[in-house]
Amino acid sequence: MVEFFTTTGLGITLLTVGQILLLVVPLLVALAFLMYADRKIWAAVQMRRGPNIVGAFGLLQSFADFLKYILKEVVFPAGADRAVFLLAPMVSLVMALIAWAVIPFDDGWVLADLNVAVLYVMAISSLEVYGVIMGGWASNSKYPFLGSLRSAAQMISYEVSLGLIVIGIVISTGSLNFGAIVAAQDGNLGLLNWYWLPHFPMLILFFISALAETNRPPFDLPEAESELVAGYQVEYSSTPFLLFMIGELVAVVLMCALVALLFFGGWLSPIPGLPDGIWWMSIKILLVFFVFSMVKAITPRYRYDQLMRIGWKVFLPLSLGWVVLVSFAAKFELFGGAYARWMVGG
Amino acid sequence: MDELLREYLPVLLFLAVAIGLGLVLILAAIVLAVRNPDPEKVSAYECGFNAFDDARMKFDVRFYLVAILFIIFDLEIAFLFPWAVAFGDMSMAGFWSMMVFLAVLTIGFAYEWKKGALEWE
Repeated sequence: MVEFFTTTGLGITLLTVGQILLLVVPLLVALAFLMYADRKIWAAVQMRRGPNIVGAFGLLQSFADFLKYILKEVVFPAGADRAVFLLAPMVSLVMALIAWAVIPFDDGWVLADLNVAVLYVMAISSLEVYGVIMGGWASNSKYPFLGSLRSAAQMISYEVSLGLIVIGIVISTGSLNFGAIVAAQDGNLGLLNWYWLPHFPMLILFFISALAETNRPPFDLPEAESELVAGYQVEYSSTPFLLFMIGELVAVVLMCALVALLFFGGWLSPIPGLPDGIWWMSIKILLVFFVFSMVKAITPRYRYDQLMRIGWKVFLPLSLGWVVLVSFAAKFELFGGAYARWMVGG
Repeated sequence: MDELLREYLPVLLFLAVAIGLGLVLILAAIVLAVRNPDPEKVSAYECGFNAFDDARMKFDVRFYLVAILFIIFDLEIAFLFPWAVAFGDMSMAGFWSMMVFLAVLTIGFAYEWKKGALEWE
């Protein structure tokens, strides 16, 4: 029986599909509760109650919303390109989901243990922009069109600084594999060994870039309600809209997971001596998501020119400068060789 | 080759599962929900009046500029990735040639900045 699953082609395929479902189903269920948490936190900051009707404390709100989405009419706007109109939310969801194939949750708990995992995530998250552009173009309406242009420009601008920040981490690790990156942060000092300390300025830049990359407030320009109604999603209804929303939220949680893996040691325990494991990874993702929610609740929206100015004139030079700084520090063993982790067995 | 395929098989299968999930959700709404379109409902959203013309119009050239800048810098990042992975056992020549490359790019970036390609008023 075991041989069937490890040697035959059909067996391997079935096993892999099982593993994928084991990842996707908990991810989507967790997403439903994260969506609820997001709304509850937002409400609490504004002294409101938030969803509190469906289920105890409103816990089942997301599931009720889901059913409602499915029972809503799919409206195709006149003049829309139907094929592209439906393809856009698909691209958005699929690209957000498949990036999770290389995210490890514990030592070796990863679907595809690629040695180019970081590159893969960067490539897939660049492709997400196609969903936005296609959605805006296919709707054949002015607001989605303008919203998608803005959105696309914003996403690709911050993609650049995200990539450069990751380069700094890769220089300290010497590997593009998330497992190796986490292993390089292991040490006997617990959380002081993690990369948030040597790469602290980049942690802040990465977090802000992640907000902009996923179109989260305060950088939710494409859906600036007062100007563009809802950006590229204006003409969408029912499940196509739901796919955009799930895609967006999956991308947000992916960014949380990246922050946890790159800067906070993934599944490593913060206190030396405590067992490492998937619970640490989950707690870290939840904590980063909490900060995402708080930022959404307490910051006012940026203006578009300010957003582009920060992206190109502040984040890009800073992250590029950091790459040069880290490579000099690692090459010439400045700062006690703290940036050259591969030498100590990373 | 077989090893390589084996490594990427989960990604391919994941792609299939994700596409399947998306299709099921879209089809569920198309099958289950009542569809009752009328001209008012399907008209493009435009603040309460009828759309004047096709929405796929000319747009600001600065979006092109941003896209071109993105290509340049993303290529640079694509060069930096293998360099960063091989950083540990790299000669001084490898290190300095990347620094020269970055310097050239920075000069180009400063020129763009000076020319006002990054201005949004």
